[in-house]
Amino acid sequence: MASNKKYWKSVEELNENSSIVETLKQNEFVEPIPTDEFLGNKETLEASSTTRRDFLKYVGFTTAAASLAACEGPVIKSIPYVVAPDEIVPGVANYYATSMADGFDFANVLVKTREGRPIKIERNDLAKNGGSVNARVHASVLSMYDKNRLQGPKVDGNDVSWDDFHGAVAAKLSAMAGKDVVLLTQTFASPSTSKLISEFKTKYPNVRHVVYDTVSSSEALDAFQAEFGMRALPDYDFSKAEVIVSVGADFIGDWQGGGYEASYAKGRIPKNGKMSRHIQFEANMSLSGANADKRVPVTPSDQMKVLLALTGNGSTSGLPENVVDAVNKAKGQLQKAGSKGVIITGLPNVAAQKTALSYNKTVGSVVMDTEKPRLTSMGNASEVANVMNGVISGSVKGLITVGVNPVYSFPNAAFAEAYKNLEMSLAFAMNADETASMAQMVGATPHYLESWGDVQMKKGSFGLMQPTIRPLFNTMQFQDCLLKWTGSDKKYYDYLKESWESSILAGGSWSQALHDGFYESDVEVETDAVTSETTETSTSNGALLEPIQEGLELTLYTKTGLGDGQQANNPWLQELPDPISRASWDNYVTVSAADASEMGLENFNVANGALNGSYVNIKMGDVVVEKVPVLIQPGQAKGSVGLAFGYGRKAAVQQEMQTGVNAYTLYNNFSSVQNVTLEKVSGVHEFACVQLHNTMMGRDIIRETTLEIFNTKDKDAWNAVPMVSKDHQEIPVSSPDADLWDEFDHSIGHHFNLSIDLNACTGCGACVIACHAENNVPVVGKAEMRKSRDMHWLRIDRYYSSEDSFSADTEKKDNISGLGSSLSEFGEMEHPADNPQVAFQPVMCQHCNHAPCETVCPVAATSHGKQGQNQMAYNRCVGTRYCANNCPYKVRRFNWFLYSENDEFDYHMNNDLGRMVLNPDVVVRSRGVMEKCSMCIQMTQKAILDAKRDGRAVKDSEFKTACSAACETGAIQFGDINNHDSEVFKLKEDKRMYHLLEAVGTKPNVFYHTKVRNTNEA
Amino acid sequence: MCAKLMDNNITDRMEKVPYRNLPSKLSLLWLACMLAFSVTQISFASTTVLPTQAVDTAKGESLFKANCAACHNLYKKMTGPALFGVGDKYEKQWLYSWIKNSQEMVKSGDAQAVKIFEENNGSVMTAFPQLSDADIDDIIAYTYKEKKVAPPPTVDPAAASSGGGMSNDIILAVLALVFLLLVVMLVLVNKTLRRIAEANGVEYDQKEKGTPVWKAFIQNQFLVLVFSIFLLLSAGYFAYGWMMQVGVDQGYAPVQPIHYSHRIHAGDNQIDCNYCHSSARKSKTSGIPSLNVCMNCHKTISEVAEATQAEGEKEYGVDYNAEIKKLYTAVGWDVDSQSYTGDTQPVKWVRIHNLPDFAYFNHSQHVTVAGVECQKCHGPVEEMEIMEQFSPLTMGWCINCHRDTNIKVEDNAYYEKIHEELSKKYGVDKLTAAQMGGLECGKCHY
Repeated sequence: MASNKKYWKSVEELNENSSIVETLKQNEFVEPIPTDEFLGNKETLEASSTTRRDFLKYVGFTTAAASLAACEGPVIKSIPYVVAPDEIVPGVANYYATSMADGFDFANVLVKTREGRPIKIERNDLAKNGGSVNARVHASVLSMYDKNRLQGPKVDGNDVSWDDFHGAVAAKLSAMAGKDVVLLTQTFASPSTSKLISEFKTKYPNVRHVVYDTVSSSEALDAFQAEFGMRALPDYDFSKAEVIVSVGADFIGDWQGGGYEASYAKGRIPKNGKMSRHIQFEANMSLSGANADKRVPVTPSDQMKVLLALTGNGSTSGLPENVVDAVNKAKGQLQKAGSKGVIITGLPNVAAQKTALSYNKTVGSVVMDTEKPRLTSMGNASEVANVMNGVISGSVKGLITVGVNPVYSFPNAAFAEAYKNLEMSLAFAMNADETASMAQMVGATPHYLESWGDVQMKKGSFGLMQPTIRPLFNTMQFQDCLLKWTGSDKKYYDYLKESWESSILAGGSWSQALHDGFYESDVEVETDAVTSETTETSTSNGALLEPIQEGLELTLYTKTGLGDGQQANNPWLQELPDPISRASWDNYVTVSAADASEMGLENFNVANGALNGSYVNIKMGDVVVEKVPVLIQPGQAKGSVGLAFGYGRKAAVQQEMQTGVNAYTLYNNFSSVQNVTLEKVSGVHEFACVQLHNTMMGRDIIRETTLEIFNTKDKDAWNAVPMVSKDHQEIPVSSPDADLWDEFDHSIGHHFNLSIDLNACTGCGACVIACHAENNVPVVGKAEMRKSRDMHWLRIDRYYSSEDSFSADTEKKDNISGLGSSLSEFGEMEHPADNPQVAFQPVMCQHCNHAPCETVCPVAATSHGKQGQNQMAYNRCVGTRYCANNCPYKVRRFNWFLYSENDEFDYHMNNDLGRMVLNPDVVVRSRGVMEKCSMCIQMTQKAILDAKRDGRAVKDSEFKTACSAACETGAIQFGDINNHDSEVFKLKEDKRMYHLLEAVGTKPNVFYHTKVRNTNEA
Repeated sequence: MCAKLMDNNITDRMEKVPYRNLPSKLSLLWLACMLAFSVTQISFASTTVLPTQAVDTAKGESLFKANCAACHNLYKKMTGPALFGVGDKYEKQWLYSWIKNSQEMVKSGDAQAVKIFEENNGSVMTAFPQLSDADIDDIIAYTYKEKKVAPPPTVDPAAASSGGGMSNDIILAVLALVFLLLVVMLVLVNKTLRRIAEANGVEYDQKEKGTPVWKAFIQNQFLVLVFSIFLLLSAGYFAYGWMMQVGVDQGYAPVQPIHYSHRIHAGDNQIDCNYCHSSARKSKTSGIPSLNVCMNCHKTISEVAEATQAEGEKEYGVDYNAEIKKLYTAVGWDVDSQSYTGDTQPVKWVRIHNLPDFAYFNHSQHVTVAGVECQKCHGPVEEMEIMEQFSPLTMGWCINCHRDTNIKVEDNAYYEKIHEELSKKYGVDKLTAAQMGGLECGKCHY
């Protein structure tokens, strides 16, 4: 039966006589389309200046003209020097030793310069106590080419000459006579600067010098001063440790200046069946926790109890059961280790610091060095707080800031307003940051690569800073200004040289010291550590000793990328994914899964895989930080949250890089632990997180075993070669029978291999930045990162276990049977555990000997080299992306856009200044081509050519890649395996060696070393 | 992209040198020039003032050139003062002792000596104890040689070149005219003959009118097919050839801001390429020499020899001395005070050999390691008045050479092991660069 249903389209149809319905029946369009208007009128058509024909003519002509014009090459001019400097040979790199000391990062470095411009920072292997060359130090070269830098001095917002500037300052200083003026500086740790400042203070006795560490270690300094009578921080050599117990100290991160990963990693590589045992009690998931053998999530208030219990100064009562158990076991192991054990703590509490120090002192820990302590942190938080309050109350009349940015980093919001009203405000800064943009007088300072200076990072270890390029802008060092103001007509260079020759060198050679970049000497020199005799400070947060009833305990931390935030305008660092969360371009509050579900906070992945998250307001008393994105962090102690410093900067930071929120507003009393409450607010935050899948699902990606198994069982038990089936026979995948391809003959000449020791890799990210700098890897920005279009040639994958450990994951996977079980259990395995094991794995192109990418390239743009490198000819690539699809390691990167000289990607490659950092030996890739790790073929080729020119064989140590050279822990080693004396050959023969996804049969030239964990609890 | 940062890229359209080899065919003018030259020569002889005693001016000249010319010129100040007529300015005895050891005189406090020493910025004159008094007399005699007055420019180079061009045109025009006349005459003769034949009633075979050739051609389908295939193929061939030369700038010889003659420097004066392009031995770039390298020699060579100058004007239309002046301006050298003013104007040379950014080339690999002659790629530079790109610099050109060239393993410990093993593998005595891996993409493209 046909349906009699009538479908009404509008109410009009009810009206039978509706004219509208009638018209619509006749005409599809209610109003006639005015075709006649523009086609019918011939006159207007002809009068139009561009007819269709003309248009086609223009198109044709311009196309033809453009292609004709392209046939003739452009004229390229070459302008040689008028007088060439002796040391510069165009095309040959020069290296200079210098030191970075920006108040947060201290390191002896080597600077690679090409044609007089620094292009890369490298480690200075000569310097023994030279701090650590971390990701920020590697990236610092780009901060010099920051187009937002101050280009000259300013007085009252007007550009002035330096003479006028000095005149204005001198006038102001004499007008300020008798009034309280504070010279607020970073920790210089510079003997010569300390001397200069005291000379300056003699001339202007009303000026007092206060050292301000943006991220404070004040409590540790106070404790050390009380115990050992000197304001400094102990140095640790973790390679000597058998048991390391850390209570809230992220010592692989930036705790007390950081730089401990090298000595830590040394003790982590099993030698003679032994390796150190590392137990970490912490709230946030930190790099240290991720590397620990045992990690116990504990809120900061409980950490105090843990510490007291560990050292026998308190009981474990009130602590959760698992923590009590862990504390007791750790205590037992510490006792066993005796002087080879060490306790460190990051609690911002003088008592806590004293407890740890006195424990180490009592057991005579060989790990802690108090004879030659570190001098890179000198700030006294209570003095700084006095200055802050003094400015607000008006008792401080003048403020001179050097290398610090208090308007941004002081916790009290009233400071900014008070700063504006100061009688005298003078800021020395590299860019017009929050403080400098408000100051009456601004001294533009040069970057450390343009400066002279010295630094004493550790007692007895001196470093020199020398310019590696002429100042790019009209800048002057603070020290030179001090010399001017004290009436001296010397340059700082002369002053420095004199002070070294008179007090530090003690007969040593200045030239040699300058060449080496550092000098060891036992002389006593003046330090920044002046000021108050009293160690009584008000900064330790006593309230945290008792667990709080409501709210959460916030632990403020620094991220590998931005650190304290000085280099916020550095796109390399912004784009560096956080080693733990793998999120870039952001900071966020890390919340435990339990707390998140209680508060209804969520993280979810959208259709293209990108991560989204809720927002919260963080409240601390009257202070509210609004709209902070939430990231649910596995391993975050329940009842605690974390937030990173360094973000939320606005001044002198380009729009794209004004990311995150300013955590310093919560840095009350300069204490890193605070009580806060979280309140969910509406909105969804879009993260740029590059790792979408966080667990290994029991697969054979990172091989891991325990020290016990490693010591007692055969290699096959814990590092077996995968078996494949051939003619129903199990054969190892490495056997030639299991091969589709003919073997390449690599027996003659060089055969490069890269070794990565997963035991030594701490995930610090220095290699990623070094790779960026060496290979001109573009920055793509947050939006592209979110689409997983990151260009990093080298990524550091981070995996969480979904059970308590990775081995439990594997066991669970192996026991899955049947469809129902596999569906549910695999589903479960996608989620990380509450306190997961963590493992890092640097992954770059594996340079497979049987490369899947090579066989699918339709234009043979990627091919295999005799030296083992998988080569990529960009100019041959047509961008089919078959290779990326066929790569099991997903290491190929496609240039979706032109990232250089493109306003859409306004990072360093889009301005002349930023492009100065590019490596002239590596081409900048264009749009539409694939790129990937080349195993730094430009570096191996250079090493070979140098040897050929000298007519000698290549030394093993000469072969390097950017990542292997940057690796502080020695986790990444590179070399020629045809040279059987080489380090990498020995590593390849090691029983821990395995290949990533070995079962695929790609036979990579990159290999890994099985991670061994020391799970021995007794 | 980045490699060129330093070079301060400036782009405009390519320009090539017109009349690279100027034809000089006006022998008359040449003769006139020669005549003028000999006339002036005669005049020199008549104005030379000879000192009283018998001296050998020729010997004096050779002595002067051997010992004095590095610092002295007869007519203008160089490192030392101009020496024309120096015999009139000073006592002869004084001159003897001055030349033999000037510093001793300065030290002894001789007022005149001190004055001269100070006038010349305290530059120390080498002592010449080996010169005898007679030698010095000869030299002094030579210093009386009058400055040659440069012959008035007899021919304007531009005019000369255009004259040469015109003569060519005239010859061509005359030839064309003659040819035209011949054709006209032929037609006329033919017509006349036919008319005579008609008049005489001579019968000649009237050809039967067949199908014209083009019609026959069109009708023959096979021929049309073959012809069009041939046409297409040849069009393709030429189109390919034309397109392959796009971006290949072989023979590119741009006008340079200073007319620098490799012919004179590398050819006539036999200066080693590596003297100026020193970084070719140790760097990837051969380097355009900085101006201080030029000044190593040109501090004293402010003018070229007259013959060279004349040759330059005639053959190339270049005033070499003016070009040296350009160098002085660029480097900020004041000839009068023989000192640097500090006011420099870096020279913007036009780069001739431009490899694309994606191709890595290293000079030292080829020059130092392989011992390849510069001329192998750059051609007979020592004959080039204006530098030009000799080789196509295409990838095919590189590859062919790598296939043909044996690597130089002698006295190079680097190659010992690898060469022995590889040559055994390939069964050859000498390995080519290709066999060493010189054809791999990644060796040049990264």
